[in-house]
Amino acid sequence: MPEDTGQTEKTRNKGFVRRFLDLPADSVPKTVFVAVSLCLVASMIVSAAAVTLRPLQAVNALKDKQINILQVAGRYEPGTNVAEAFKVFEPRVLELATGEFTDAFDPATFDDLAAASDPETSIALENDPASIGRQSKFVTVYLLRKDDGSLDKVILPLHGYGLWSTLYGFISLEANGNDIYGLQFYQHAETPGLGAEVDNPRWKALWNGKKLADDSGNLLITVAKTAPPEGPEYHVDALAGATLTSVGVDNLVRFWMGEAGYAPFLAKLQAGEI
Amino acid sequence: MAQTRRQMLVDPLVDNNPITLQVLGICSALAVTSSLQVSFVMAIAVTLVTGFSSMFISMLRNHIPGSIRIIVQMVIIASLVIIVDQVLKAYAFEISKTLSVFVGLIITNCIVMGRAEAFAMKNPPVASFIDGVGNGLGYGLILMLVGFIRELFGAGSLFGFNILQTVNNGGWYVPNGMLLLPPSAFFIIGLLIWAFRTWKPEQVEEPEYKIQVVDAH
Repeated sequence: MPEDTGQTEKTRNKGFVRRFLDLPADSVPKTVFVAVSLCLVASMIVSAAAVTLRPLQAVNALKDKQINILQVAGRYEPGTNVAEAFKVFEPRVLELATGEFTDAFDPATFDDLAAASDPETSIALENDPASIGRQSKFVTVYLLRKDDGSLDKVILPLHGYGLWSTLYGFISLEANGNDIYGLQFYQHAETPGLGAEVDNPRWKALWNGKKLADDSGNLLITVAKTAPPEGPEYHVDALAGATLTSVGVDNLVRFWMGEAGYAPFLAKLQAGEI
Repeated sequence: MAQTRRQMLVDPLVDNNPITLQVLGICSALAVTSSLQVSFVMAIAVTLVTGFSSMFISMLRNHIPGSIRIIVQMVIIASLVIIVDQVLKAYAFEISKTLSVFVGLIITNCIVMGRAEAFAMKNPPVASFIDGVGNGLGYGLILMLVGFIRELFGAGSLFGFNILQTVNNGGWYVPNGMLLLPPSAFFIIGLLIWAFRTWKPEQVEEPEYKIQVVDAH
């Protein structure tokens, strides 16, 4: 590589940076100088971009989550003011083991996913059909009330592993704690056209009106190719061509609706204690 | 440098296409082309990154030590990619969700480094920028072609709009699921290379071995 070396005498007094720039490119000091200064400049630019754009990104992520909660509760129409429409929901932090609401955390700032990786607020699962590793002891649930103040729907977050990715979503239940209103995933990376058909409105509509458990409390809901003998109201048809994603959804729904998940809370709902 | 700037921009589209002639950037072309919208955003992102990384590398070319030049190029490319990713997350959240990891993987796209190493290290900034943009567009063109075929016949839609009503949505079209899986892009790119080389026979490589007739002395 040709190097401008004719100017060295003129630039002797030109300061620190200039002295380095005039060194031959392949010399050791120049190599170190280029590496260090490039890393400094690049890291400054990258962190500046990350810091200045973070507020916008946080707003987007929050809005996306709120849209999903609105959708799963059947309250979303394109063009509505999301933040305004979202005010009808009452976020509460729920302790899974007891099924009781807790005021130890502020629901506006509580982060379920961060809590799931904190040993203080989570447990490592031994029996882990949803393949989530650690489960938070506390989750943020959303209550939707009717005009007269009685409970209309509850929206519960759930997640679990499909084929390629962890699917994050919400399930909305009627106030009786047994009838499903809807299920929706807001984040996943399943195969487009196959597993990603979990986003297909026609498939999501299948969940509406299904029941979680029978009258004696046996959890029967399943995502499978054929309906269980107990009846079609506990069965959601599996996605064609996406067996593993369907099995993942089946596992995660049954896990979260089961004893390790929301069962204590659902029992209270059914008893009318919430 | 006998090329004019116009040539630098237009040549990589067909005559010196990074995918079909140089056969670079195949991995990402397999991954992102299952839908047109994603292909489109990816094409823009790669064009921007290739253009600007070539420009910056060319500006620094006389100061980059040969021993660490690859890592210097990587740092510049990686920084640009992170910025593109952050901007997408801030201003085009939906699209950044569908692109997920692929934006980050632009760093590993051979085309970006190929242009940096082959062109930008030896040419002035403006020419390098144009060359980078041209190659990005050439990559984007193939991406769009492949994405068009895959989305239309794999999902029955274009840019997410339904064209062929699929059976899942109550229509008549049984989508070809294989087209949505990455290997199908191999077949499509292979057919495209065939088509390009039939159209422009000068792209056909010389056979590596020829049966020679040796004169007996």
